[in-house]
Amino acid sequence: MATTNVQTKLKISINDKELQAHPGDTILQVAEKNEIHIPTLCHHSDLCLSGVCRVCVCEVHGERLLQTACSTPVRDGMKVYTNTTKVRKARKMIIELLVSRHFGECTTCKRNMNCELQALAEEYGLEEVRFDKPAERRYEVEDQNPVVRDNDKCILCRRCVNVCDEIQGVEAIKPMFRGSESEIACMYNLDLGEVTCVMCGQCINRCPTGALTEKDATKEVWKAIEDPTKHVIVQTAPAIRATVAELFDIAPGSRITGKLVTALRKIGFDSVLDTDFTADLTIMEEGTELLTRLKKVLVDGDKETKIPMFTSCSPGWIKFCEHYYPDLLGNLSTCKSPQQMFGALAKTYYAEQMKLDPANIVTVSVMPCTAKKFEADRPEMNDSGYKDVDYVLTNRELGRMIKQAGVNIMELDETDYDSLMARGTGAAVIFGATGGVMEAALRTAYEIITGREVPFENLNITAVRGLDGVKEAAIKLEGLVDAWKFLEGATLKIAIANGLNNARKLMDKVRAGEADYHFIEIMACPGGCLGGGGQPIPTSQAIREKRAGAIYDEDMALRVRKSHENEDVKKIYEVYLGEPLGHKSHKLLHTHYTERGRY
Amino acid sequence: MERTVLLSKDYKTGDALGKVLSLQPNQVIEMVKDSGLRGRGGAGFPTGLKWDLAAKASGEKKYVICNADEGEPGTFKDRVLLLEHTEKLVEGMAIAAYAIGSDEGIIYLRSEYRWMLKELQQRIESSMNVVKQKGFTFRLEVRQNAGAYICGEETALIESLEGKRGEPRNRPPYPVECGYLNCPTIVNNVETFCYIPKIVNQGPDEFKRYGTEKSKGTKLFSISGDCNKPGVYELDLGSPVSDVLKLVDAERTKAVQIGGASGVTIGEKDFDKPIAFEGFPPGGSIIIFNKSRNMRHVLKNLMEFFVDESCGQCTPCREGNLRILEAIDRLDSGEKLDEEYMETLVELANVMKVASKCGLGQTSANPFLYIYENFREDL
Repeated sequence: MATTNVQTKLKISINDKELQAHPGDTILQVAEKNEIHIPTLCHHSDLCLSGVCRVCVCEVHGERLLQTACSTPVRDGMKVYTNTTKVRKARKMIIELLVSRHFGECTTCKRNMNCELQALAEEYGLEEVRFDKPAERRYEVEDQNPVVRDNDKCILCRRCVNVCDEIQGVEAIKPMFRGSESEIACMYNLDLGEVTCVMCGQCINRCPTGALTEKDATKEVWKAIEDPTKHVIVQTAPAIRATVAELFDIAPGSRITGKLVTALRKIGFDSVLDTDFTADLTIMEEGTELLTRLKKVLVDGDKETKIPMFTSCSPGWIKFCEHYYPDLLGNLSTCKSPQQMFGALAKTYYAEQMKLDPANIVTVSVMPCTAKKFEADRPEMNDSGYKDVDYVLTNRELGRMIKQAGVNIMELDETDYDSLMARGTGAAVIFGATGGVMEAALRTAYEIITGREVPFENLNITAVRGLDGVKEAAIKLEGLVDAWKFLEGATLKIAIANGLNNARKLMDKVRAGEADYHFIEIMACPGGCLGGGGQPIPTSQAIREKRAGAIYDEDMALRVRKSHENEDVKKIYEVYLGEPLGHKSHKLLHTHYTERGRY
Repeated sequence: MERTVLLSKDYKTGDALGKVLSLQPNQVIEMVKDSGLRGRGGAGFPTGLKWDLAAKASGEKKYVICNADEGEPGTFKDRVLLLEHTEKLVEGMAIAAYAIGSDEGIIYLRSEYRWMLKELQQRIESSMNVVKQKGFTFRLEVRQNAGAYICGEETALIESLEGKRGEPRNRPPYPVECGYLNCPTIVNNVETFCYIPKIVNQGPDEFKRYGTEKSKGTKLFSISGDCNKPGVYELDLGSPVSDVLKLVDAERTKAVQIGGASGVTIGEKDFDKPIAFEGFPPGGSIIIFNKSRNMRHVLKNLMEFFVDESCGQCTPCREGNLRILEAIDRLDSGEKLDEEYMETLVELANVMKVASKCGLGQTSANPFLYIYENFREDL
């Protein structure tokens, strides 16, 4: 709970220790600030207070009832006790009740060793479960979508419901039915794939147990790797390198690009390439598209062309737009996402250059995202004549493959990506953070129209950085080269949103005609891809800040930091694509969107 | 002792409101405080204090809500008030609105009372005409529950009114600060509002003539079960259980459940004790069981009810009720449960009492605890 008046202080005590607090603070907030541990389960720092699991109950002097630390605001003179027999007994009983209805074996669960219920059972020394465990499944596992739901493992903490509502504004899942029949489900008990779920996977990242997981593609990928007739290419998304180490118990904020590349080779991929290459390519295409749109609208007076233009790299955002803002699909850049550009080129350009039969190429991508699985399966994503991206692994699935391969990633030497479609610039790396696509696009577009670098120290456009939900900036365009003189003196207005509820705010303004932006970047997930639904669990604002730090460090560490200076990108235009928005680009790198219903 | 205070027909609609409008709102609140009236829904929160908190809460828009979601098994006294004393309810709500600075009221009607809606609305309309004649601006509408017991809990009721899943909210903030549509809101039971015109017309002292030190006035009880004269009775608070049994002509009484399904279930040894806020909680219902009844069957019936009606939000209530019912089912099928397991259930029941989110979970284990304590031989 936020407080506006930081001047007023309250005095409270926790376990007889006198502490200061602000009005509006919860017991839990004060405890955490003072390093007093209170166990929680339904509480998540990204979400509004919940108060449903009751694991965090504490004794408050003078109150008969125990109070939940996560949802109870402190008041002056409050005496809180977090460690009494009454409290421990209640917590242990609550954990026992949850465990007793939680169906499934830890050993066969994807969240084994990374499960909050398991951890709580350990913390409270649960020795036995005195109530009957369910003898059989009550629910079928829903496993046809990128987000897999196993309600038998659900403990009804509702974090998934809350993240889907508060952060994503989608409300695909809700509590249904009452009492012991309660379950988390979609309306009319439909499948996730039949409702407006955008497959962002934010629910997976908040789930304390294995009730929500990604659809696993590791078996298929292993099979492809072990098939000698197949040339298996792996591409790694920008946001992977800054987060993969977390899967191996390394603190957030460590980037291990070189080790990651070595690990992928050890797993057995024939070619280890980088989505950063197509991220740079996206900037060339999307930057050109933006400038073309501006010219059409501002100079030619074209009524068909829509501005502001929206970025299109985030497949969760695309699906969201298709469901909720179908009237604005014309504003979406037609550029495919870097993943799909990569897939289309791998089975055309790369096949040609490497003299491979595209039928024998298998493209695998490692993504911070579950919606990427959905995107790869979209029926139109076959412009190469084949399925452009065969398999999408989340970061977590890659972590499992690295472990299964017996590779100790942190001990590996660093190696470089293979060539041809592997070189990326700093501009590509920052795609992984909210504002990154905007910054990369500005570094290039500004230079195209002015002939000068963006006027920011070290190219760092700090105004578009940071994890704020909505960011806005304006850049005055002056001293333009002849070809773009028509924009002389204009102010380029941009906006950035991360998290779909924030996207909604911008979209509602655009729809109402109240927005005068030219270009809007939207990332479905909080913080951008670094907070994606395929990233390591747990997540929090602090973790995402550290990941962002690693991404911007990687950008600074690279020699080339502007997409248009990417030599491999220059080469592909020279030898294959021709020019941005050219005929071949149009065929391979651009796409169209589908209006989807709400129901 | 039985009386006719609230149920008295000696009442003229509008007199109390007319008097109130010549007073300052805080004078009205003082009068209610002075009467010692406590909420008739069961929890017994002092009505005047509730109004005072809402009156002092900041916010331009405030709401007066009447909880007519009479869903406690065995209660039917509000039904009588709604249909036969509508004008007292409407006038009481209008007075409450004046006192807290509100111009809008909502009657939240139990879904199973849909049958009375038309007649109720007609009666409300004629009462509202009197309110209008007195020159008080007040809007009143009836909204319907969809059938969930939990929506009788005031914050779940508010969620339901807002069109959401009916589930209790975290408290604080309390409805008096942040209730319906985040506005200061008072939620009072039908009966509570009905007492208001009486208190205004006759003064707090008249109201205080009956009852006990901590439980002033009379109260309505829905009395049912094994007795010859079931029905709605108006009794002094503090009346001993035995007097009640005599009044309704109950014979061979084995157990009495007071305060609804989640109230207390007592045996003969406690029949001399009073029904009052300081004694057995005076919820709306009294259910009588005679010696032919097996209390395990009673318990099973109640636990099935709570398992169905728990909102499913918090762990102790959702899972706890289920575990108690499971044990009763096992006993019912002839299985013997050892002492240790029964004590585990008592431990569970006690955790439910202190760790559940709302009144439902905090009290739904009561029948188990009381029946285990008082009628162990039946289990």
